Amino acid sequence: MANGIVEDPLIFVSIDADGIVTLVAHRSEMGTGSRTSIPMVMADEMEADWSRVKIVQAPGDEPKYGNQDTDGSRSMRHHIQMARKIGGSVRTMLARAAAQEWGVEPDQVTVEMHEVKGPGGQTAGFGDLAEAAMSQPVPPHEEIAYKTEDQFRYIGKGEVQITDLHDITTGKATYGADVTLDGMKFAVIARSPVVGGKAISFDATEALNIPGVESVQELPYGGLGQKFAPLGGIAVIATNTFAAIKGRDALEIEWESGEHGSYNSDSYMQELIATSEKPGTSARTQGDVDGALASADKVFARTYTQAHMAHIPMEPPAALANYTDEGLEIWAPVQSPYTTRTDTAKALGLDPEKVRVNVTLLGGGFGRKSKADFVTEAALLSKAVGAPVRVQWTREDDVQHSFYHTTSAERIEVALDADNKVTGWLHRSVAPSILSTFAPDEGNVLPLEQGMGLNDLPFDIANIRCESGKALAHTRIGWFRAVSNIPHAWAIGSFVGELAAELGKNQREMWLELIGEPRQLDPAAAGLPDNFWNYGEPMTEFPIETGRLAKVLNVAADGIGYGKELPEGEGIGLAVHRSFVSYVAAAARVKIVDGRITVPEMHMAIDCGFCANPERVESQMQGAAVMGMTVALHSGITYRDGAVVESNFYDYDVVRSDNYPSVTTHIMPHPFSVHATGVGEPGVPPVPPAVANALFEATGERKRDLPIGTTV
Amino acid sequence: MTKIMLNGSETEFSEDPAMPLLWAIRDIAGLPGTKYGCGAGLCGACTVHVDGMAQKSCQLTLSDVEGREVTTIEGLDPDGNHALQIAWRDLNVPQCGFCQTGQIMQAASLLSENPKPTDEEILTSMSGNVCRCGCYQRIVDAVRLASTGS
Repeated sequence: MANGIVEDPLIFVSIDADGIVTLVAHRSEMGTGSRTSIPMVMADEMEADWSRVKIVQAPGDEPKYGNQDTDGSRSMRHHIQMARKIGGSVRTMLARAAAQEWGVEPDQVTVEMHEVKGPGGQTAGFGDLAEAAMSQPVPPHEEIAYKTEDQFRYIGKGEVQITDLHDITTGKATYGADVTLDGMKFAVIARSPVVGGKAISFDATEALNIPGVESVQELPYGGLGQKFAPLGGIAVIATNTFAAIKGRDALEIEWESGEHGSYNSDSYMQELIATSEKPGTSARTQGDVDGALASADKVFARTYTQAHMAHIPMEPPAALANYTDEGLEIWAPVQSPYTTRTDTAKALGLDPEKVRVNVTLLGGGFGRKSKADFVTEAALLSKAVGAPVRVQWTREDDVQHSFYHTTSAERIEVALDADNKVTGWLHRSVAPSILSTFAPDEGNVLPLEQGMGLNDLPFDIANIRCESGKALAHTRIGWFRAVSNIPHAWAIGSFVGELAAELGKNQREMWLELIGEPRQLDPAAAGLPDNFWNYGEPMTEFPIETGRLAKVLNVAADGIGYGKELPEGEGIGLAVHRSFVSYVAAAARVKIVDGRITVPEMHMAIDCGFCANPERVESQMQGAAVMGMTVALHSGITYRDGAVVESNFYDYDVVRSDNYPSVTTHIMPHPFSVHATGVGEPGVPPVPPAVANALFEATGERKRDLPIGTTV
Repeated sequence: MTKIMLNGSETEFSEDPAMPLLWAIRDIAGLPGTKYGCGAGLCGACTVHVDGMAQKSCQLTLSDVEGREVTTIEGLDPDGNHALQIAWRDLNVPQCGFCQTGQIMQAASLLSENPKPTDEEILTSMSGNVCRCGCYQRIVDAVRLASTGS
């Protein structure tokens, strides 16, 4: 993790004379609760009263705060120990300061709920000791007497309200487009419909006649392989958002499409499927799959596909930049505050020391707001017009100019022996890679994409080969919540359902047979490559444990009553997947209502190691169920002649309140000694195959292409 | 000049009467609680009350609301303690929070018309308000809590 973890309490904690404890939240809040849960862990270990804790958001400054990239389901996984260390340090410092003042030994002093007590009945508030405590030397780890689990007040309880709750419910919470500066201008940008396209000519006469439109600025053009650089285009600068939008509508622009103008989803998918039928590059070779297939009693193969997806957070990208002689100041809803700072500095030729990135709340992120092209746009425009500029993306901009989730074809072929036991598993995945956003594209995927559900297959099968086929990107590929786990889990989970039906087994039996006995996957015996990702974690500490996988599957299946009699037109589907070193199972009940696919009920079972904030884990599972359903039924970005066809919720819709699943969340209990693992993303991957497996049970029809659609 | 009663105060707008109410509220009146989510009346993030009824402010122009009473989330309750706001907090409803003001305004309109809606009526009434984080279950629970106390 770039710039690592900082554990210095003096960076993260301050206490004022009134005893108010201010904690720095250094990771971005996009709905997962990191701005609540990490400070909550600090407060608990510090024995601070949560009602006397204030949270402030860190600007983008990784040398000071450590890694701030809020992605990869890492906030709690990587910071629970750091937060305890910081809280424990401050508690120790408070006790030592009090001991000095009272002339007693530090171990005679107790710290409890914002109060410090001595052996002779002495008491002091945090405020009384603030100065003396915060000037104590920071104790090393081994000198901190950490709380035991039974002493936790907030950790593991799920009883605190989220930090911004009052502001959110009263409209006072500040998101990207909510910061204003005197003299601020509003900008909306016309971008090439095709990535890498340019304006050959444009006429802004009509746009400039619109009241409120002040100027038109051409931005330098971008394309593929340029990291998060803006796409460029023609910006309309105005005195309000409406004038800017109207001005953009009035621009007459002739676009040149460039090399990606022939990108068409239908023909591209046929290419991906054709590639999946030919040998690719192996990402894992265990045993002899070719031999197993050649000697099989029966071979069973299926192909699954997925269309591109856009994240469409409720808040479309928006950012404010103010470029002056002193430097550049930014207010933006970004998952990557420090990358935003360094990238924007580079784009403007500034020393990063001259750039400050203030992080607002994010109105959803899902990976989109790791890529701060919209911030660089605002910075370039502020410099160009000599005033603060807010760039506002419209929803159409967001749907049509994103960094898209990849599109893929997944072919799985298995060898069955005479007893219908699976003896060989060949999975070929073909999808354009995130790598194409960072480097010249050669059609190869990254080990981390292969590690997300392709080569970490946890099944007990003698012969396994997982391959990647080449696919060149024709649009900007980015990460979307759960990333490559979505197409991989879609294929594997659907295939297990199909195989069960083919072999006359129920889904649970089929899953459990393939998962096998509880064991840890042996990386060498499994033929995993040296670059096997494992989410950046050592396999020794975060092994692939099939017992945990089977456990969550059984809990979800039992929770929904798998196997019970169902009325005509209903079915239950099961799927389970390990991602972000967590294990999540989804059990979905589908009900066909007048031809419409509804999912009235879902059980989500998660094993995320020690669970610091069960309430936010539950909300993440509820949200993952809804987003997973949207992936299953709705989300498909289509290209025609290089341009995205969809534009707004009317043709790129999501699950709404009239079809949300009632979710029951089961969190596997663990002591603190079991590593906390990811939560934000791993709920999503098992949901689409669970829905498809349920749909098959309800209708007898097998769907293999995402999105499935909303009707049967 | 367009005059509207905005959160109880007579407010004049000199901008183009064709300006969507959403942008007048946000950019001109400086009230950021009403959110832009789609500009096409499809997501409900910009929901406000016009003469007490929930409306999508991106679909109304300033001239449409001339002389009418417009209430935004900032004007729903002077202390932010409408029964729905309290229920929302009791159930820790939001994830990212962005759509929540629109959700609350939609629900407030429903409850003022129909104080004891059935679950079916809640779902139907709220289906124009998108939550990409997927808070629907808690939204419905919060509307029910505000309505019935349980």
